[in-house]
Amino acid sequence: MSSPLSGNEAVAYAMKQINPDVMGAFPITPSTEIPEYFAQYVANGEVDTEYVTVESEHSSMSVCIAAQAAGARAISATSSCGLALMYELLYVAASCRLPITLACVNRALSGPININHDYSDSMGARDSGWIQIYAENNQEAYDNFIMAMPVGEIPSVRLPVMTCMDGFITSHAVENIELLETDAVRRFIGEYRPENYLLKKENPLAVGPYDVSPYYMEHKVLEAEAMKAAKARILEVAAEFEKISGRHYGLFEEYKMEDAELVLVLIGSTAGTAKAAVDKLREDGVKAGLVKIRVFRPFPGEELARALAGTRAVAVMDKSEGFSANGGPLFAETRSALYDLKERPYTIDIVYGLGGRDIRVEDFEKIFSRLANIAQTGEIGPVYTHMGQRSKEETV
Amino acid sequence: MVSNDMVEIRWHGRGGQGAKTACMLLADAAGLQGKFVQGFPEYGPERMGAPITAYNRISEQRCTIHSFIYDPNYVVVVDETLLDSIDVTGGLKASGAIIINTPCSPQEMRPRLRGWTGKVCTIDARRISEEILGRNLPNTPMLGAVVKVSGVLESERFLVDIEESFQNKFAGKPQLIQGNLATLKKSMEEVQIG
Repeated sequence: MSSPLSGNEAVAYAMKQINPDVMGAFPITPSTEIPEYFAQYVANGEVDTEYVTVESEHSSMSVCIAAQAAGARAISATSSCGLALMYELLYVAASCRLPITLACVNRALSGPININHDYSDSMGARDSGWIQIYAENNQEAYDNFIMAMPVGEIPSVRLPVMTCMDGFITSHAVENIELLETDAVRRFIGEYRPENYLLKKENPLAVGPYDVSPYYMEHKVLEAEAMKAAKARILEVAAEFEKISGRHYGLFEEYKMEDAELVLVLIGSTAGTAKAAVDKLREDGVKAGLVKIRVFRPFPGEELARALAGTRAVAVMDKSEGFSANGGPLFAETRSALYDLKERPYTIDIVYGLGGRDIRVEDFEKIFSRLANIAQTGEIGPVYTHMGQRSKEETV
Repeated sequence: MVSNDMVEIRWHGRGGQGAKTACMLLADAAGLQGKFVQGFPEYGPERMGAPITAYNRISEQRCTIHSFIYDPNYVVVVDETLLDSIDVTGGLKASGAIIINTPCSPQEMRPRLRGWTGKVCTIDARRISEEILGRNLPNTPMLGAVVKVSGVLESERFLVDIEESFQNKFAGKPQLIQGNLATLKKSMEEVQIG
């Protein structure tokens, strides 16, 4: 057991252990500490990374793209408006099939401007072609970052990976953590040896040129196939990781799901708080359970449908709005995944926690109580609601 | 997930007083004693002097709850002027205690605590830090006081571990290490429990 670390420090430490070739660095709350800690490692000579300070996130991602295209391993960290400023480059990185690793410390995306946690930043980038892996706590943030490169770099995948953690709740909270030995991390990551890169003299190539209609679609299909292939690779890497860490990871975590009837589907640190509610309800004989989505891209639709088959009522918890007028992004994915089941559970969407509004164990007890009522009466009521508004009577 | 032995602490301070740092140091020290810990701040628009809150959970099992703390066992008030604007005893468990940075005695403070009937502890953190460190840095003495009052950590071991934390934290300013240790010890001796 090491000293307690914050999520930001844990991820910065993983970066140090990996010793990547290049970091594109630009600070933004709440991810700022990551490039800060890493700058110290660079200054102390603990890594030999080329640390490139730039004037914006557009440029930090551009640095990563150029470096990775040249055959180097490149990383960055960002949040919120920083991720938004990278938006165009996220698509360039993914479509050029450059397995860059980005630590995304989730924060509400303006406006109104807010520094606290929700997923509006990374959910906005969910269609960019990046793999997205979410963490519940500092340990998972550390572990996910270490697993990212072996996932993204394999030739069958070759996609960039965004590892996400909850801003402040995870990034700025110190908690106990188990770190791996640096040698073990380096062996696990291995050397990065892309078959082709910008300056390879035997096979010089251009990266990111104009793509004409007769070829463009084929390239996008290849990218889509790579995203499908990523699912199996994520599980393979997780199995290897378990051998060195003893910690088990899947596409999602099932908590007390064996006989669960009333279920939450959610992401991130909120799942930890919800687990305490599930425990409490289980003591009272309620068949409560939850599924914590770890991998949002690729979305584990078939696997999730199997996990939810046989449940009676499901509340999907969205910590970003989405403005679809039809529920949040996690709800859209989950309900779509359930469509092919012969017998589907009742499904509702609860948008919560926007801009860092807190959610408590007691709130989940109310949600489970609503699910029990739905399971019993078959009356869903409003499908898509917002929880915890200060001006309203509390309806879940 | 929720163990009965869990101790929850809520810190109230003003930006710049080091309440968050003290909260992190407590988590660090508790972690070194083999406890499961959380230490985290609640951020608003950050500015010097604005009220800030920070939280600790300390227990024998990992706590997965990541909400703020609404029903703490202990409340630490790093700046007594907050008593007028914030309901610092809100949710404080009857068996718990409030620890206030003030030159006043617990008896003098009680009438300002909106009917709180539990334990009131006071410590003149400002005087202690000014005497020993030459500056008003109340966070370390408040840390000493909360460790003493709560008994959540073994005191002797705490002082040994915290010295190590200070050595890391003040690597560039070694003159602060002994001063901060002295303020901790002094406040552990002086805290009044009433």
